Amino acid sequence: MLCSEVLSKRGFWRQRGRNGKYFYGGACQPPLGRKEHALTSSAILETSATASNGHHAVKHSSRLLGLKCKECGAKYEIAPKHVCELCFGPLEVAYDYEAIAAQTSREKIARGPYSMWRYQDFLPVEGTPQVNLEAGFTPLLKCDNLAKRLGIRDLYIKNDTANPTWSFKDRVVSTALSRAKEFGFTTAACASTGNLANSVAAHAARAGMDCYVFIPADLEAGKVMNSLVYNPHVVAVEGNYDQVNRLCAEVADRVNRNAEGIHENHWAFVNVNLRPFYSEGSKTLAYEVAEQLGWKAPDHVVIPIASGSMLTKIYKGFNEWMDLGLIDRKVVKISGAQADGCSPVAQAFREKQEFVAPVRPNTIAKSLAIGNPADGIYAKDIAEKTGGSIDSVSDEEIIEGIKLLAECEGVFTETAGGVTIANLKKMAESGRIKPDEVTVAYITGIGLKTQEALTGHVGEPMLIRPNLASFEAAWGRKI
Amino acid sequence: MSVLVRIPTPLQKLAGDKAELNVEATTLQQVIDQLASQNDEFKARLLDDSGQLRRFVNVYVNEEDVRFLQKLDTPLKDGDEVSIVPAIAGGR
Repeated sequence: MLCSEVLSKRGFWRQRGRNGKYFYGGACQPPLGRKEHALTSSAILETSATASNGHHAVKHSSRLLGLKCKECGAKYEIAPKHVCELCFGPLEVAYDYEAIAAQTSREKIARGPYSMWRYQDFLPVEGTPQVNLEAGFTPLLKCDNLAKRLGIRDLYIKNDTANPTWSFKDRVVSTALSRAKEFGFTTAACASTGNLANSVAAHAARAGMDCYVFIPADLEAGKVMNSLVYNPHVVAVEGNYDQVNRLCAEVADRVNRNAEGIHENHWAFVNVNLRPFYSEGSKTLAYEVAEQLGWKAPDHVVIPIASGSMLTKIYKGFNEWMDLGLIDRKVVKISGAQADGCSPVAQAFREKQEFVAPVRPNTIAKSLAIGNPADGIYAKDIAEKTGGSIDSVSDEEIIEGIKLLAECEGVFTETAGGVTIANLKKMAESGRIKPDEVTVAYITGIGLKTQEALTGHVGEPMLIRPNLASFEAAWGRKI
Repeated sequence: MSVLVRIPTPLQKLAGDKAELNVEATTLQQVIDQLASQNDEFKARLLDDSGQLRRFVNVYVNEEDVRFLQKLDTPLKDGDEVSIVPAIAGGR
């Protein structure tokens, strides 16, 4: 550090940089050789966002070191912020893994609750989780019927439709809102393609928080109803998800400032200002699979991609446990699944691009319809370095994927699950999944919410009168 | 041409703690030049070494992502609104 530090009257640390200007915000030691950071090489330590708030003291855990920028490495204290002030890169929770190693073990985990909270040692929530519908610990189904159809041998489905609001979003929402309570937020909010809104609305109801969910106006009726029932404020935006997302970023900026422009914690947008905490909840999808496989990682996983966040966190989860010796080290191939109508990450993977070019989504897989995926580049890099792949499938293949899983294994997934199964099929047929690989496909949402996609693609009931003759006539046989 | 520029929280300290600024500009590049004339940190925060928008910086003109328009060369007219928004995630 080349600067002096003083505490400003607004409660922020400020430091004088090389050029004599003051900078405010997070502590930073930027990597050498990054020209754009030369001006700010002595950045700023924000004591915490709550310092200016006054009424909520942040608890400190020995497990949590702070927040760290995934791009430039700048460090910040634990606070409800998601963007690096220096490079706009995403912030991620940094842990003290020695402290975690000292307090965790397979035995301790196995004694834990039958929910995602058995893995709390690895999550950024410090006290007893305050917003909890007992998400997680969903079934890992051995799928021999589907495996046989695909010509592979060792296939599992992680059935995350078995969550409180029927999608994996309960994991990230429980994490984000439990942390939000610790920060002192009173309102839960999100930008959502449907499942997230359902989960935020349900968890907010249980936690007694006010709730605003922002969704594209053209969502499936099931996803809208599954929010409305919890009585939140549902804001249907005439635009696509990327536009909803942008709007929420702007709303989050405004509602968390008081009349003097000073930050206050009011609205916790789980996937905006709480995003570093929210996204960590997806790591439990890796931990559970490893534990359910008998404390070992699979060989290959197939994961749906929208923003790319879940894929990066499943990768992180497996690697954390390998680093801590909870499971044996191996390379888990991480593959991603997209729909042709919104496949910016698959396109970047195919073309070996160093960036993900945004697209305008047009697919029945609305929960994956993010044309500007913030974690897309990280997802692409992970697939590349683990020997996985990222591909996409047509809407027709998505419907066939939904039906294939239902007919083979009795699991009714939404369109995103159809994307996963159709990509799994494509990968198995092309040899990218080896027949003897232990493969796990993540099914992250239930089909009851996206029934429109199947209209005209499944059979009709036999309509009969309540007598034997009518049944025999419809059945075409005599009893 | 006066355009309204919405400044996100991480940059407001560079803009005198203002959430909005009025700027005279006919292209997005000129908006950034104008911001930089008020505080030269703006350029380093918004642009990469090659002078293009950083990959985690999204800029919208009247709600349209400039990457679907003409990026930094996107023309502006009087009364246009420019929003600078950090990339954010949702969904899977």
